Formats: sequence, C-alpha cells, structure tokens
Amino acid sequence: MSTEGEGRVVVAMSGGVDSSVAAAMLVESGADAIGVTMKLSESESRCCSLEDADDARRVAERIGIRFYVANYADAFTKEVVEPFADAYLAARTPIPCVACNQSFKFDHLLDRARVFGAERVATGHYARLEHDPETGAARLFRGRDRHKDQSYFLFSLTQEQLRAASFPVGDLTKEQVRERARDLGLGTAEKPESQEICFVPDGDYAKVVERLRPEAGRLRGDIVDEAGRVLGEHRGVHHFTVGQRHGLGISSDRRLYVLRLDPREQKVVVGGVEGLDCGRAQVDRVNWIAGTTPPEPVHVRVQVRHRHSPALARVTPGPGETAEIAFEEPVRAVAPGQAAVFYDAENDAEVIGGGWLTWGNA
Amino acid sequence: MRIYLDHNATTPVREEVVDAMADILRSGFGNPSSVYQEGAAARARLEKARAQVASLLGAEANEIRFTSGATEANNTLLLGLLEPGDHVVTTSVEHPSVLAPLEILESQGVAVTRVPPDADGCVEADAVLDAIGPATKLVSVIWANNETGALQPVEAIAEGARARGVLVHSDATQGVGKLVIDLARVPLDYLSTSAHKLGGPKGAGALFVRDGRAAPAYLLGGGQEKGMRGGTENVAGLVGFGVACALAEAEIDDRLARYASLRDRLWQGLQEALDGLRWNGDPKRALVNTLNVEFEGVAGEVLVQALDLEGVAVSAGAACHSGSIDPSKVLTAMGRTPEQARASLRLSVGHGLDEAAIDEAVLLFARLVPRVREMENA
Repeated sequence: MSTEGEGRVVVAMSGGVDSSVAAAMLVESGADAIGVTMKLSESESRCCSLEDADDARRVAERIGIRFYVANYADAFTKEVVEPFADAYLAARTPIPCVACNQSFKFDHLLDRARVFGAERVATGHYARLEHDPETGAARLFRGRDRHKDQSYFLFSLTQEQLRAASFPVGDLTKEQVRERARDLGLGTAEKPESQEICFVPDGDYAKVVERLRPEAGRLRGDIVDEAGRVLGEHRGVHHFTVGQRHGLGISSDRRLYVLRLDPREQKVVVGGVEGLDCGRAQVDRVNWIAGTTPPEPVHVRVQVRHRHSPALARVTPGPGETAEIAFEEPVRAVAPGQAAVFYDAENDAEVIGGGWLTWGNA
Repeated sequence: MRIYLDHNATTPVREEVVDAMADILRSGFGNPSSVYQEGAAARARLEKARAQVASLLGAEANEIRFTSGATEANNTLLLGLLEPGDHVVTTSVEHPSVLAPLEILESQGVAVTRVPPDADGCVEADAVLDAIGPATKLVSVIWANNETGALQPVEAIAEGARARGVLVHSDATQGVGKLVIDLARVPLDYLSTSAHKLGGPKGAGALFVRDGRAAPAYLLGGGQEKGMRGGTENVAGLVGFGVACALAEAEIDDRLARYASLRDRLWQGLQEALDGLRWNGDPKRALVNTLNVEFEGVAGEVLVQALDLEGVAVSAGAACHSGSIDPSKVLTAMGRTPEQARASLRLSVGHGLDEAAIDEAVLLFARLVPRVREMENA
C-alpha cells in the first residue's frame, strides 16, 4: 500500500456500473485509487442507499482499493435538495445534478481528496477532458457515446475543478462499459440505469417539494389560456414545467402545453405548441470553460435541456455573468431554471460554456 | 506498518490464544455433551476456560454462563428478566446492546429510568440509587464506557442496590482486562463480558450469574449452560477466551501501568503538537487505555479516513453499518454539541503498541489535523 503521492486519485463510486468501471480503469492505469461513496441522504432514496454503498464497497474489494463512505447528507439537503424545492416554487425547472457535480463531487469531495493527499477526483461521467500540454488548461468534450453523454451536467465546472477531474469512461460506449464490468467480474455489470434524480426515486418531484416546503401543499391557482380565460384549476405551479402536455386535467379540442408559469399569481398559462417557440433567451451565472469571457459574440450550438438536439445560435456575453442567446431557428420549450449549454458550432463536441436560463421568448 | 489505536473496538488476538484455539480445532473437536472420550476431553477444556474466566473476575466457575459475546449476554439478561410492570434503572450512556433491548421492553410496558451523566460521562451513584422505587427489579449500569472510557461508580451502586433488595447488573465488556474487577467484593448479581476486547476471539463471551440468581433461558435446545443457552458450545472460541482471561489476570498490574503510560504519552504528544484539543472526560475517572479527544473544528470522519490512509486506525464515535458516522450519542449525552461530537475521536491503546508507534501516530496527527481544519475553512 502506498501513501500519498503523485498517482493518488479519489473515485466517486455510486455503486453503479459506470463509476465501478471508472475505478477499475484507474487501477489498471497504475493509479493509487481510493473509492468513496457519497452518502447524500439519510433516507433510503435510490442513489445513496446503503445497498448502493455496499455495491460500491464490493467493487472496491474486488479491484483491491481502499473504500470509504463520505457523509454529506446535511450539506446535500441544504445545498441541493432545498434549493431544488425552492426553484420549483419559483416556477423554475431545476437540474440538481449540476449543483451536485459542482458543489459535491468537485468541491466537497475534492477538498477531502486533497486531505487524502490526492490531487484528482474521478467520476463515472460520460464526458472527456483534454489538457493543453503547455498551459495545463482543460477542455471539456461530450462523451464518445452520444446517447450517454453527460457533459450537459458538467458545464459549470471551473478550470480549477476540471484540471482536478478525471472521466475514465468518457471514451467508451455504455455497452463497452458493461462489457468491461463483466470481464472484471463486477457485480454491478448488469445493474439497471438510474435515469431519475437520485432523491426523487419515483419521479414524483412535487411530493419532494411538499415534504420540504409543506406550505406548497396548500397552493391553488388557475390554469388560463393566453387570453386570460380560466380553463381549470391546479394545486401549485411546482407541479408544472414549461413544455409539459400531460397532467393538466383540462379538456380541449386541441393539444395544450404549459407555456409560462407565474408563481406570484399562481397562474399556469397554456396554449398551442406554437406558443412554445422561442427565438431568444437569457442566461445568468454563465461559466466559460476556458475561464475567460469571450470579447465578441460567439457562434455556437446551444442545448437547452438534457435530451435536446442543440440549435445553432449566437451568444452575446453581457454584463455580470449574463449572456443573450439568439437562436437561428426557434427552439421549443425553453424552461427557466434549466441550463443552456454552449457547444462548438462545427462539431457539436466541445463544451464552450453555459448558463442558467432566466427567460426565453419568441 | 499499521498503528492500531482502536483497542476498544476490538483487540489483536494474542499468540497464546491463537495457539490454544488452533490446538482445539486440530485435535479437540469433540462435543462437550458426548459421553465418550472425545466429548470428555472437550468438556474438560471448556470447564478449564470457565475457571479461567471466573478467576479473572473473582467469581466461581459455576457462576459463568458462556455466550457468543456481551451483546448476547446483555440481551439474555434484560429480555429474559424484565416483564411488563417492572421498573429498571440504567444510564443514558449504555452500550447499544443494552439500550436497544430496553427500548423494546419499554414499548412493552417496562418502565425505564435513564440517569444522565455529568460532563465527564460519569453518573452519580446516588442519582442511580435515588431512582429506585417499589417496582424496580433491576439496576443496569455500564462499568466503563466504550467510547470515552468513563468509569461508573459500580461498586457503590451495587452495594446500594443490594441494600435495597434490587438486582444489579453491569456491562463490564470494556472494563475486563483493563481494570481490576473482583466480584467477591463487588456485590453485582450479573455482569456481561466479551473475549475479543481483551485479546481473545470474536464470538465468545459470558454472563456472570451470581450463585442463586435466576438465569433466564434464551436459546432453547439441548440445555447447555445450565439451560440458559442451548446449542453446542463454541469450544475453540471459549478456550481462547479462557486463555485471554488467564493472560489478563497474570498481566493486570503491568497492563494498568503500561496502557496508562502509552495513553498519557499520546495525549501529551498531541497537546504539544496541536492546539484546540479537549479531552472528553476526566482522566482520573476513565479507563487507563482510552482517550476520547475533540479536535476543534475538524470533521472526525475525514480525519479517521485520512489517518487510515497513512497507517493509523482510530475511530470516530460509533460507526453505523454503512461506515458513515452520526454524532456520538454518548458525547451528546455529556452535553457536547453535535459539531463537537463530530470533531471527536476515540483513541484506545493496548497490546502491541510501543512508544515509537505512539510518537509516529502523533506526527501523523500533527500533519493531518491542520489539513482537515484547512479543508473545513475552505
């Protein structure tokens, strides 16, 4: 067993197949890997249950690395889960995974890694990094497997965080990852994918909002059309997302979509699909991967949610970490609270930056 | 090289114990209940072990009922003895193997009084005795706390309870082998102990049942251990237990001096190397081998892991199944805040350590504690 040194790296092990293989690949490459499962919840929600920690522990034993559980339950509730609930109440559609990557995997866990004498944190994300051999500057790319690409959730990482990051499975497809897991005899090889948000195991995020903020359970409001006519009632704007079509509880001779949400008036505005078209949008808390704001507007592809084919757009940096996006063709259903991530226009492969959508309109 | 500073969690098995157990496993396989020679040989070894355990405790061999350990001893007594309507007096700093059965019993109608400790983790004998009422059937007080080493006034409590005609039990798991226990002098009715805390194997322990007191049947079967615990005896483990007790009896004076000297060297070294330390407890009322210390502003969980990577084994409060750490209930019962409890580590010395190992450990603490503090302030 070596002590602290050059090759020491902490691997965030969720108990799933991707991070299991990431850990195994690091060991193969000769790294002194230390597996850590982040306990993010006191309850038995999917991603952080004891069973998953046990799965991770078994993998760590199998590949012969040391393993610890890092308890971040209190901080996770405060820094991720509660802001998630508050975002819904403010009629935004949050992506807690970005905050989790930024504040936990590459902040709290990186801090702990440094105490351990490690300079890097590895995860099982499908994303790729390149480092400028001269300056050490990091560039972030989509994972090789476009269907599994998770670069969208990593856009807010700073240069310092990216330089300390490692994504060993970013060059593999999911099938290759499973194959390697089988070859290694890892028990997690056939483990089903976890698609949902880890602390919303059954997908019922409104229930989570109401558990954390009980007053939300008493909210009532009107569903209105674009002219303001009342079409129905609802139980709080936190039940809705811009672009949503199901679960409105009203009948109409045409398909109705949620166009806008007004948390102050508790109004849900619905209308035809054409009302979702969005030509311009604004983002704040913009992060430019290179670490500096471009002096000129940039021509990029912008992805406005996890599963969205990015659209060509011109992004103009504004004051105070904001930017304005002008799409070449309107995109559909731009939801405040989601991230707009900028990729290079030519190959749609490199992450240029991204920000948090504050509004979008025609 | 590893520096093992968690002897209150478990101890390295002594060579003499390993040899005795290996001998039993190789050539003493008989069932002690069998009438033929193989059985008689095993029975003889088992009874020798019983005498060795009894001797260490100042008890008679017929007062020792073997169990799988102290958890079973505590469960056997509490769940077997107490019935709805009974009252039991205990402390709020008991081991979970006492707390958990009492919680179940409480839900079934047993009244439970839990006497809180002072800031050093010790209860007043009078506070325990004053809680005795007409329905009190049992007083149960831990002799030495597993996390802080805090010693309870068991002798005074036992005498007071005896004078009031109430049965009294002590979970002495941490104390046996680390302090002088003489049941010929201390009028306890029951006492729990375990082999692996004093150089013996896991899976062996005993409930002392004073002659004439009831020993509830817990495992029903072949009537072993005078009907208290059916099942073929763990002969090898219990023989190892006996040898560990014989060693402890022979070495007790040396141990008391040796452990105290190592523990004090550790505390002195830490104090010279670091600021912001606080001893959780009173050195004069604690086990000689235990030092529970708060490292102000430190996440204990991180320090434990960082120390482990560098070769030092220590523990932060009670570890739950997942390996993560909740603030110690013992320390919070002593009035520490959850933050203070999270910043506290249990360091416990024992056989196999020397001055050089202690000094090396101090150096690692001196290097890692500031790093964890820096992380916390980042």
